[in-house]
Amino acid sequence: MRSIFGMENLMPDADEYLHTVTVTVNSVRYTVSVEPRTLLVHLLRDDLDLTGTHIGCDTSQCGACTVDIDGKAVKSCTVLAVMADGSSITTIEGLASDGALHPIQAAFHEYHALQCGFCTPGMIMRIRELLRENPNPNEREIRHGLNGNICRCTGYHNIVRAVESLAAGARKS
Amino acid sequence: MTETAALSYIGQPLRRREDFKFISGKGRYIDDIKRAGMLHVAILRSPHAHAVIKRVDLAAAKAAPGVRLALSGADLAGKIGSMVPNWIIPGTKVPDRPVVAIDRVRFVGECVALTVATTRALAYDAVGLIDVEYEPLAAIVDEGEAIQEGAPQLHENVPNNITTVYKVGGGDYRRAAREADHIISLRIANNRLIPTCMETRSILAVPNADGTLTVYIPSQVPHMHRRWIADTVGIPEHQLRIIAPDIGGGFGAKMHLYPEELLCPFLARTLGVPIKWWESRSESHQSTHHGRAHTEDIEIAFRNDGKILGMKVETLGNVGAYLSNMASGGPTVNTLNFGTGTYKIENYEAISKVVVTNTVPVDAYRGYGRPEGGYIAERAIDAVARHLKLDQVDVRRRNFIQKADFPYKPYNGPAVIYDSGDYEGCLNAAMKAFDYTARISERDELRRTGCYRGIGVAAYTHMCGMAPSRRLGRIGFNRGGWESSRVSVDSSGRATIYSGSMSQGHGHATSLAQIAADVLQVPIESIDVVQGDTRQVQAGHGTFNSRSMAVGGSSIHVCATRIVAKAKSIAAGMLEVDEKDVAYQDGSFGVPGTDIQPLSFAKVARMAYLGHTLPEGTAPGLDETVFYDPQGMSSPSGVHMAYVEVDPETGIVDILDYVAVDDAGTLINPLLAAGQIHGGVVQGIGQAIWEEVSYDRDNGQLMSSSLLDYAVPRAECVPNIRSLFQITPSPTNPIGVKGIGENGSIAAPPTIVHAVLDALSPFGITHLDMPMTPPRIWSAIQNARAGARQ
Repeated sequence: MRSIFGMENLMPDADEYLHTVTVTVNSVRYTVSVEPRTLLVHLLRDDLDLTGTHIGCDTSQCGACTVDIDGKAVKSCTVLAVMADGSSITTIEGLASDGALHPIQAAFHEYHALQCGFCTPGMIMRIRELLRENPNPNEREIRHGLNGNICRCTGYHNIVRAVESLAAGARKS
Repeated sequence: MTETAALSYIGQPLRRREDFKFISGKGRYIDDIKRAGMLHVAILRSPHAHAVIKRVDLAAAKAAPGVRLALSGADLAGKIGSMVPNWIIPGTKVPDRPVVAIDRVRFVGECVALTVATTRALAYDAVGLIDVEYEPLAAIVDEGEAIQEGAPQLHENVPNNITTVYKVGGGDYRRAAREADHIISLRIANNRLIPTCMETRSILAVPNADGTLTVYIPSQVPHMHRRWIADTVGIPEHQLRIIAPDIGGGFGAKMHLYPEELLCPFLARTLGVPIKWWESRSESHQSTHHGRAHTEDIEIAFRNDGKILGMKVETLGNVGAYLSNMASGGPTVNTLNFGTGTYKIENYEAISKVVVTNTVPVDAYRGYGRPEGGYIAERAIDAVARHLKLDQVDVRRRNFIQKADFPYKPYNGPAVIYDSGDYEGCLNAAMKAFDYTARISERDELRRTGCYRGIGVAAYTHMCGMAPSRRLGRIGFNRGGWESSRVSVDSSGRATIYSGSMSQGHGHATSLAQIAADVLQVPIESIDVVQGDTRQVQAGHGTFNSRSMAVGGSSIHVCATRIVAKAKSIAAGMLEVDEKDVAYQDGSFGVPGTDIQPLSFAKVARMAYLGHTLPEGTAPGLDETVFYDPQGMSSPSGVHMAYVEVDPETGIVDILDYVAVDDAGTLINPLLAAGQIHGGVVQGIGQAIWEEVSYDRDNGQLMSSSLLDYAVPRAECVPNIRSLFQITPSPTNPIGVKGIGENGSIAAPPTIVHAVLDALSPFGITHLDMPMTPPRIWSAIQNARAGARQ
C-alpha cells in the first residue's frame, strides 16, 4: 500500500502499538491506552471527554488548546500524549473550585471578554500563567502575553480590560 | 389603555446569561458531541487548481484498517443533486457544481473522494492511499486576467468566465464629467480574505430509529440548511432536524451550503450510523469560502470646492471556481448599490462583472458588499481631498447626505433607501473624542522631526435586514426577508421565546430576552430563548446582514405585544371589566382610577390555561407565533478615526488611537454592541494591514494555506478601540434598532488606509492597496525616495 508520502503504510491494526499513559487531570488520575501519534489534546477531548479544551488550528498558532501541565501553560496540540505520562494537568474544567468561578472566569463575564467562547478556555489558561509570571502587568505586557492566543470575536479589547482588572494594582485600589 | 413599564431592559449593559458554560469549558460545539458507533469522514481534496480527473483508484483505501467506505465523485453521481446557489442575480449563468468532482477539478481544495472509517485518524490514513491520476490544465486565479481573450475557461456555459453583468446608477455621469473642474481615476483592490472563525466547520449526521435524520451543523441559518439539504439530498424536510448548537464564530462563513453538509446526511442514511466530519484549520483555508476579492476602477468628477458631481465604477468580483450560495449578489447588488456611501453623488454609473477563477469560492464575509462598496466611496472622497489639498473632514462635510434628507435615495436609484442618520453628528462626536485639531498640529510638528504620523477618517452607512420578501424575489434571492418568533407563556407566567435568529457568539440569549422582557414587563430571569433547532423553532432565516435585532428582535417585539394584548383580554374577563379599561403597568393588569385589585402577569397566564373566565371569543392558551416581514431596511452609520505612526525604516504601522462613533439606532445592550464594534474593527484592521489570501499566479496553488501563512491580528498588533454611540432610532421597525455586527469591518479598512496614506504623504505616496504590510509600505517608501533622487 502506498501512502501520500510514497512509503509503506505502517498504521496499526493491532494493540501492540498502543502505549499506556497515566496522567492526573484536574486532580483525577487516569490511565489510558493511546496510539503513539495521539496528541495530548486528543487524549483530553476524546479519551477523557474533557471537551472544554478546543482545537482551533493545526500549526500551534491559535492557543485554543492551552492547558496547564505541571505549572506551565502549554498548547496541548504540541505535546504527544505519551510525553505527558506522569504529569499533572489542569484544564478549564478544573478551574472553578467548590462551584465558585475562578477570578479570571468571573472577570471574563464581568468585562464581556468573550463572544463565541471558542478561544476562551485557552485564553483563560494562558492568562492564569501570565498573572503568575507577572501579577501586575500593564496593558502592553498583557497584550504581549496574549500573542500566542487568537481571538476573532472580541478584538481583544475586553479581554485586556478583564486582565487589567485582575492586576495587583487594580485589585488594591 | 396604553402599556407602560417602569423597568426597562432595553439599553442596559446586562452581562450575558450564556457566559457561564463558555468560561467553564461546558460549551457544546459540534466536535464536542459524540455518538455511539459514530464513523468519521475524511475528504481527499484536489492538489491541482485545474485538472482533468483521469482515474480514481480507491482499492487501497477500501482495504485499509478501519475503513467502511470509500467513494469518488463518480460513485456519487446521480445520488446527490448539484449544488445550486441561493441567490442568482437575473441573467446569471450558473455553472454546474457536483458535490464531489467527477471528471474535472477547478480549485485547490475541491472534493475529489472520501473515506469513512472508525476513527478520524484512520479515515485520514486511508485518504492518503487513494490514487488519483490528474491531467493538469492551465489555471487562472486573477479576475482581471480571467476575462481576457485566450484565458483558460472554467465552465462551458460561462463564456469569458463571466457569470453575471450587473449595472446600476442614476443621473447622468457624462454630464457631470463635462461640468466638473477635475476628473481623477483610481484603481483599488479589495483583498481576498479568510473569515477565520475560531471553530472550524464540523458536521454530525445521526440517523434516528424512526427514519428521521438529525444533522448538527454550525449554521447561521438552520432552517435554510434544512431546505437546502432536503432539496439536494432528496430527504423530505419533515424528516430532517437541523441542530445548531454553540457556534464558534460565523462572520458569514457558516451561512452557506457546503459539500460536507450534503455528504454527511447522505452517508448517515446510506450506512445507518452517525457520521462526523471535522475540518482542520489548514483544510478550512481551502474548503470554507473566502471573502472580498474585488478590483475596482473608479472615476470621480468633482468641483474645485471638493463637491463630487459624479462617479463611475467598474467592479470585477472574483467568486472562485463555482458560484457559492450568494456569490452573484455580492459584487453586484451588495457592493455597487452602496458605492456612493454617505455622500450625495447624484450622477452615478456602475457596472460589475462576476468572474470565475481557479480559486476557492468567495462568498459573504462580515458586511458582504458593504465593506467593498464603502471602500469605493471612501477611497474616492479621500482621493478628492488629497487632490485638492483640502482637509479630509471638510470634503466629507461638503458631500454628506444631510440629516434633513432622510429617508434618502442615493442617485435617485430604484433600490436603496437610507432610512435615517446624522452623519455630521457622528463626525463632530468623533472629532471631539479624537481631538482632531490638536492631533493635526501634533502630526505636523512631529513630521518636521522625521516622525511619520497620519490621521485617517472614514464615514460609512449600511443597510441591514434584507427585506421585504417581495423585493428579494425581484433580485433573485431565493428566500424571504421575514423572521419568525414564537412567544410561549406557560401556566406559571414563564415565557420561552423560539427565535429564527441564530447566535454565533452574539449573545442573543441575553439581548433577545431584553426585548421580550420590556414588552412582557416581566423579570428577564423568567424568559428563556431557544434557537438553533428546527424541531423546536417553527421557522426562520437565521443571522446574517446584521438582521438579528432589527428583524429578529422586532419580530419578538411584535409577538410579545400580541401576548400582552391577549393577556389583557383575559384579564378583562377575570376583572369583569371592559377590555378597553384595562391597563398593563409594571407587570400588572388593572383598571386605573378604581380600587380594583390588579392582577399579576402570572395569574393571567394561569387563567389562560384554565379557561374558566375567558371572554367570549377568546381562545385558551398564551402562545403566539409571528412571521414579521419588515417593509424597509435599517441604515446604521458612523464615522471612525485612526491615528497611526509608520516607521519608514521597517514599514511597520503602529496604531496609536482608534475612535469609533457608530449610530446603530436604539441599542438593546450597549455592552454587547460595543463588543461587536471592537471585533468588527479589529477584523477590518486585519484586512487593512495583514490579511491576504495569496495564490501562485502561475499554477493556482494556495500559498496562505494555514494560520502560519495567513496573518489574523494578535492582541499586541491592535490598539484599544474607543467605541462611542450616537442614537438615531430607525423609523423602519418598532424598536428603532439598526444593525451593529458589520459596522466595524466596513469602517475600519478605509480608516486605517487613509491614516497610513496620510502618514506617507510626505513621501508623495498617494495610493497603496491593502494589506499595507511592512514590506509593501517599505517598498513604496524606497521607490518614492528613488524616484525623488532621479
